[in-house]
Amino acid sequence: MNTPVTPLRPRAESEAARLPPLLARAEHLAGTVLLGEHGRRRAGQGDDFWQYRPVQPGDSRRMIDWRRSGRSDAQFVRQREWQIAQSVMLWVDPAASMRFASDSGLPDKADRARLLALASAILLIRGGERVGLTGGALPPRRGQVQIARLTEALMQDSDEDYASPDMAGLLPHGRAVLVSDFMGDLTGLRGALTAAADRGVRGVLYQVLDPAEEVFPYSGRTIFESIGGTMAHETLKAGDLRDRYLERLAERKAELASLCSVTGWRYGCHHTSGSAQSALLWLYRALDGGIGA
Amino acid sequence: MMLGPIGFAAPWLLLALAALPILWIILRAVPPAPVRRRFPGVALMLGLKDEDSVTDRTPWWLLLLRMLAVAAVIIGLAGPVLNPRDEGEARATDPLLILLDNSWASARDWNAQIAVIDGLLAEAGRAGRPAAVMQLSDPEPPLFQAAESWRSRLPGLAPAPWSATPEMLDEAAGMLGDTAIETRWFSDGLVHEGRDALLAALEARGPVTAHESPRPILALKPATLADGLVNLEALRAQSGPTREITVNAHGLDPAGVPRVLASLPMTFGEGETGAQGALSLPPELRARLTRFEIAGQAHAGAVTLGDDGLKRREVAMIAGRDDREGLELLSPLHYLEQALIPTADLLDGALMDVLPANPDVIILADVATLSGAEQAALLDWTAQGGLLLRFAGPRLAASDVSRNEEAPLMPVRLRAGGRTVGGAMSWGEPKALALFAEDTPFYGLSIPADVSVSAQVMAQPDPVLAERVIAQLSDGTPLVTRKRIGSGQVVLFHVTANAEWSSLPLSGLFVQMLERLAVSSSVAPPDAAELEGTTWQPVAVLDGFGALNDAGTLPGVAGERILAAPLGPDLAPGIYDGPDRRIARNVISAETPLAPVAWPPRIPVEGLARAPELPLGGWLLAASLILLIADIAASLALSGRLWPVRATATLLLALSLVSAPQGGRAQDDSRAILATSEVVLAHVITGNAALDDAARAGLVGLGRVLNFRTSIEPAAPISVNLETDDLAFYPILYWPITPDQPAPSAEAYVKLNDYLRNGGLIVFDTRDANVAGFGASSPNGARLQRLAAPLDIPPLEPVPDDHVLTRAFYLLTDFPGRYAGRPVWVEAAPPDAERIEGMPFRNLNDGVTPVVIGGNDWASAWAANDRGDPLFPVGRGYAGERQRELAYRFGVNLLMHVLTGNYKSDQVHVPALLDRLGQ
Repeated sequence: MNTPVTPLRPRAESEAARLPPLLARAEHLAGTVLLGEHGRRRAGQGDDFWQYRPVQPGDSRRMIDWRRSGRSDAQFVRQREWQIAQSVMLWVDPAASMRFASDSGLPDKADRARLLALASAILLIRGGERVGLTGGALPPRRGQVQIARLTEALMQDSDEDYASPDMAGLLPHGRAVLVSDFMGDLTGLRGALTAAADRGVRGVLYQVLDPAEEVFPYSGRTIFESIGGTMAHETLKAGDLRDRYLERLAERKAELASLCSVTGWRYGCHHTSGSAQSALLWLYRALDGGIGA
Repeated sequence: MMLGPIGFAAPWLLLALAALPILWIILRAVPPAPVRRRFPGVALMLGLKDEDSVTDRTPWWLLLLRMLAVAAVIIGLAGPVLNPRDEGEARATDPLLILLDNSWASARDWNAQIAVIDGLLAEAGRAGRPAAVMQLSDPEPPLFQAAESWRSRLPGLAPAPWSATPEMLDEAAGMLGDTAIETRWFSDGLVHEGRDALLAALEARGPVTAHESPRPILALKPATLADGLVNLEALRAQSGPTREITVNAHGLDPAGVPRVLASLPMTFGEGETGAQGALSLPPELRARLTRFEIAGQAHAGAVTLGDDGLKRREVAMIAGRDDREGLELLSPLHYLEQALIPTADLLDGALMDVLPANPDVIILADVATLSGAEQAALLDWTAQGGLLLRFAGPRLAASDVSRNEEAPLMPVRLRAGGRTVGGAMSWGEPKALALFAEDTPFYGLSIPADVSVSAQVMAQPDPVLAERVIAQLSDGTPLVTRKRIGSGQVVLFHVTANAEWSSLPLSGLFVQMLERLAVSSSVAPPDAAELEGTTWQPVAVLDGFGALNDAGTLPGVAGERILAAPLGPDLAPGIYDGPDRRIARNVISAETPLAPVAWPPRIPVEGLARAPELPLGGWLLAASLILLIADIAASLALSGRLWPVRATATLLLALSLVSAPQGGRAQDDSRAILATSEVVLAHVITGNAALDDAARAGLVGLGRVLNFRTSIEPAAPISVNLETDDLAFYPILYWPITPDQPAPSAEAYVKLNDYLRNGGLIVFDTRDANVAGFGASSPNGARLQRLAAPLDIPPLEPVPDDHVLTRAFYLLTDFPGRYAGRPVWVEAAPPDAERIEGMPFRNLNDGVTPVVIGGNDWASAWAANDRGDPLFPVGRGYAGERQRELAYRFGVNLLMHVLTGNYKSDQVHVPALLDRLGQ
């Protein structure tokens, strides 16, 4: 899955193929909730037949399905499957800082982030949800064509070193997935999350890190440069810096987590050395059950 | 320039060491270059300050490493040499004289001495000094030439088996010439007379340095024989602490192979220079001794050769008349026995019986006629050096032996009847002996007055009679005559060996005469006068290292010199063959003193342990390279460019590769010990895992049965790989056959054939119930044929009813395994084996059959697990268990047969044996 020669989409599809269709649990929100063609595996509003059940006290007679009841002595109620659809907005950090891999055997962070985002998008679209990109680049839609569009849009890189999410075009009470390393300035993110929370949007902050960023295996006299080259820091003993760097990284993670807990989002961290499937699973869980409905 | 034991070829280069502190300061100021790294996390690092602001300097230990590397380069280029040989600088132009004592005592450290000389010559060669080597034991004028040419001749030098005589030292002193020379004197550590004069002559020409090996000198005095004991005395030049030595007595064993026949430990007491010991050996063994040697001393002085003086002669005595029992004093042999018992070993028996023992002397007392065969054998023996001593007597006088023509075994012709003088019925007085003539062996013996002869046999006057007479009576009639036959001789005493005809046997003269005739050996060596005019031919000579070599074409030595002349080039120590006997000249005689040399204090004395010159430059440069490599690694580590994990992993991998191939041999040894400490059953690894497991389990099961029922208690069975394992440890090899089994290699077949020839037994089991009758029609049978073709297998036959396998432990008629097929094939009985009347069995082949071939799959029937439960079904029900039991019984019989051979066959002889014992 890490071989760059394989195009992104087939890899994402193969990644997606390993999971059962993702059932995004949508909160029942007026305005944004549209009936989708994918059932919720329980009785509710929708078009598709779900089950016959014996009439219980409290059921009105109009609900009795007489054709079914005529074939036996008992009376049955015909239930339909509950079907809803939801909009999920994706944002994958396009900045240069994501194009980093500490080892030739590891994918760079951007690759992993796009893979995860697209895989979850495919799952969501198969599950009947509508998926789009934040910032008005790609409004949420359904269907295979949307997957192609998403792929195309995700492949675009940005030259700046660090990026913050553009939360424009976010549908109220929708869902959002932000994938980045969150190494840059957090003020933009903070504002975006606050705005999203104000609009009832919940979602997942997914931090993708390279193992080297987590371990800091450097020592000796070193000049560290950002990928874009805009920032540099020189140290004479990189080994001495490790503890303080890790401390700051932990602070950053804690800040992200607290931000999420304040706004009702989920925070997750993934390392490119880990398996993409487990990351997708986590993402699935986070989108499926993280909202607590 | 010297610094302790280290000298420098280019000492001025060491000044560069002064630059090291400057280099230290420069290097210290230059920090390692930074690495540029792309790292997204840099945003988090902004504002972090380095805690240690001084670390932009190179750390001190890295500096030290670099300093050491540079210092090693500087010192290495300065050309350091350990133990340099430059003491001869001052007299670099003087010729070098290497003076060797080169005696037998030099041989004890010969190689070390040659090595030192080689070093000296090499040094002289480098300095361009001419050199000469002079051997005092064989002085020749010193020939000064290029040292290298002498070096090439060094391997040709060998220590002489003698010491320099004063004459040789004088001669050497006269050859020195007038030039100034530097002398290196390699002493053998012993005092030599005349050394001081030579030393003075050398010192007049230049400095003298003595070299002397500190190894103590041990020497062995000639062995002497007293009271049947071989007495040995060892000497050492310097007294010292208590020391144990071993003296080995070498000789020929009955097969004629030289070996150590006896060893005698001796002890030098503290402060003593001598050690004594006595060796008690049976005469037979003693007669075979050739030399004694102090073990571990490789020089001629530690060897003493035995000669005739060590031997007691073996004398066979045959009397013609043995019919007067009880009258000992009249026995013809009584006086001879009395005379010879103290000094000789007497053989008793019929003539043809004692001749193969090859006695030195055969005495025929009054034996007249000999049969044709006896005469031929005696003649042969005499011609090969035997001494035939005959005594006259009534029978000889009455017989016709040597009457008309001289008998081959008589020295003279005899007149009929003999004569009697001075008896009751005869005229005249008993005759006395005449003085012994000079050319007879008895010359010089004094004749007691009371010796008289009253009867004798008379010799016929012949032209040769005069030269054959070696003793005569006062009236000129021969008393003792002698004739040489080949290298031996026949001596006839014209009187009896008892006192009937003369009083000679009663006198001491008789004993002395026997001694002179070398009938009885005298311990004392012959005196010089006796040896005058004789020539002694060297048989074997010693070299300086104490090895006994064939003398080759060395010239003979005159008898006057053989005993007392000093050893030298013309008289090498060794064994000399003379007219009647052999004489050994030893390096150390009974009187040789052994005194250590004492050099005057002005002469520097060095040992032979010179530390070799060792150039250190290469090592130092290599060390500096290693240090620089370490510096690279350390610098990389310091600047974070080194991934220690990977490096360590690679290093560990390399180390594991290096250390992996070990332990195979130790395992082999432990296996051999395991296989030989107990009886071990073994099976051949066929390569089929299931089959090998079954075979192993079968041997385990059989082992349990053997353990329970018999005194054979085998250890756990062993699987044998024919290619790699040694087969010699296993009494039996079980070899199951599979059609797909690979054939052993040619080497393995050699081992298998060795195994079969040396008493091993291989049980081939085709495991196919022998359906093919061992033809090639079953795949197993075909495979067996191909596998066994290169084996050395004797003719086979089905086990006959009276084969020992049928009764080695159990009585068996059949040998079932998992299958009950017959027959089982073993080595065929010899065609002439016949059943003796009254015996239940034929007297069958002696020994164990080398192969047992069957197809009954015995191992499966025997196979049992650890709890003793059978692993494979055999037959059905009770009959099947009975068959398994019989299979076990076959296994027991097989092992009994292997381990006890035809022991049970021998049981048929028990009645006869009991009968013979009188039971």
